[in-house]
Amino acid sequence: MAHAIKCINVSKQFKSAGYAAVDQVNLTINEGEFITILGSSGSGKTTLLKMFNRLYQPDSGQIILFGEDINSIDVIKVRRRIGYVIQQIGLFPHMTVAQNIATVPQLLKWDKKQIAERTDELLRLVDLAPEEFKNRYPHQLSGGQQQRVGLIRALAVDPKIMLLDEPFGALDSITRTNLQQELLRMHRELKKTFLFVTHDIEEAFSLGDRVIIMNEGKVVQFAAPADIIHHPADDFVASLIESARAKQTFWENYDD
Amino acid sequence: MIEYWIKYHDKMITALTEHMIMVVTCLVISITLAGVFTVLSIYSIWIRNGLLYFFSVVYSIPSLALFALLIPLTGLGMTSAVTALTFYNQYLLLQNFISGIWGVDESIIEAATGMGMTRFQMLRKVQLPLAHRALLAGLRIAAVSTISIATIAASINAGGLGSILFDGLRTMNVVKILWGSILSIGLALIVNAVLSFAERTIT
Repeated sequence: MAHAIKCINVSKQFKSAGYAAVDQVNLTINEGEFITILGSSGSGKTTLLKMFNRLYQPDSGQIILFGEDINSIDVIKVRRRIGYVIQQIGLFPHMTVAQNIATVPQLLKWDKKQIAERTDELLRLVDLAPEEFKNRYPHQLSGGQQQRVGLIRALAVDPKIMLLDEPFGALDSITRTNLQQELLRMHRELKKTFLFVTHDIEEAFSLGDRVIIMNEGKVVQFAAPADIIHHPADDFVASLIESARAKQTFWENYDD
Repeated sequence: MIEYWIKYHDKMITALTEHMIMVVTCLVISITLAGVFTVLSIYSIWIRNGLLYFFSVVYSIPSLALFALLIPLTGLGMTSAVTALTFYNQYLLLQNFISGIWGVDESIIEAATGMGMTRFQMLRKVQLPLAHRALLAGLRIAAVSTISIATIAASINAGGLGSILFDGLRTMNVVKILWGSILSIGLALIVNAVLSFAERTIT
């Protein structure tokens, strides 16, 4: 199986901080995997993610995408090859849904017909009827619909890798569960490599084929959910699982 | 008052026309320049801060002094006046243009960057369309301020409504002073109203 992403001794320290945001990270992600990156705020998970599309530059180490060092590829090209979804969604408020989705295809000079077909196809992928939603503006959509558009906008030019930075963090729990299911379905159908950052342990374990757990800039464990649950690598991971179980007991108190 | 208008309205209309030509010329040059500076400013924070600092210093020079400073370079008349007014406008325009394009929501900028837009594409497709309110506001402030400062340009023989005012002052002719004031204030108010209306309808 091809390696989608490989990190070799990747470190990054912000100028104002006295510690490394990402500290000597080594990992290999296979093509087609759904990887979740779990950590609390300040653990370095978002910093790590943003190095993959060169929004941040590592101080040292090497990041390799499909065999190519990302520093050897033009930064604009790297970004256009990678889908990027953020929590605040960042739809362009002055553009319609269709225009938002068409952004990267237009930058790549696709022809109009191709763009229109692709837009409809993508809208159907997330169950938004093209005729109804194409010409709406972002403010005319609900939060869940906005993030659906955010997702398909990132998918527009069929990138092999999707980076998702807490994409459902600002949504209510029902919308969130629906979108999680849709995302899993999309992953099965599209066979892309997904990297999904979250601070929610249930989200990380239920979505990820493998989970990267980060603490203080380091990867403390990188394994399948079942392995992590049965063999936590250290006290931090054990306490994470403990806290999730405590929540579960809360619900069990109401089952009888 | 009315008699004076009947007798001298040709002269006043000429002065008004001169004034408007001066203002429009100056605005066209100013906006073009400010556009170029704004584009430059997106490439480096040093350029951005440098430009703002330089033009804020120029802006603090009293207009009479700036006109006088320019006489050895561009001589008496319209050229010096337009040059000075253009310098003043840069501060007003850049301040609004730059704060407008950086006032765009950060998450939108981040999404645009992550999608692989170049700096210039982001400016053209995202920042400018979202900042058009600030751009128009900058234009309006610059236009109104140019109309008023341009009256002082009469002191270096640039003509315009200032010449009526200065003549009036020299000869202590109250009617003349009043007409000069009414015309320049009226012009400023009308331009302000038209551009405010444009700001509101376009958004």
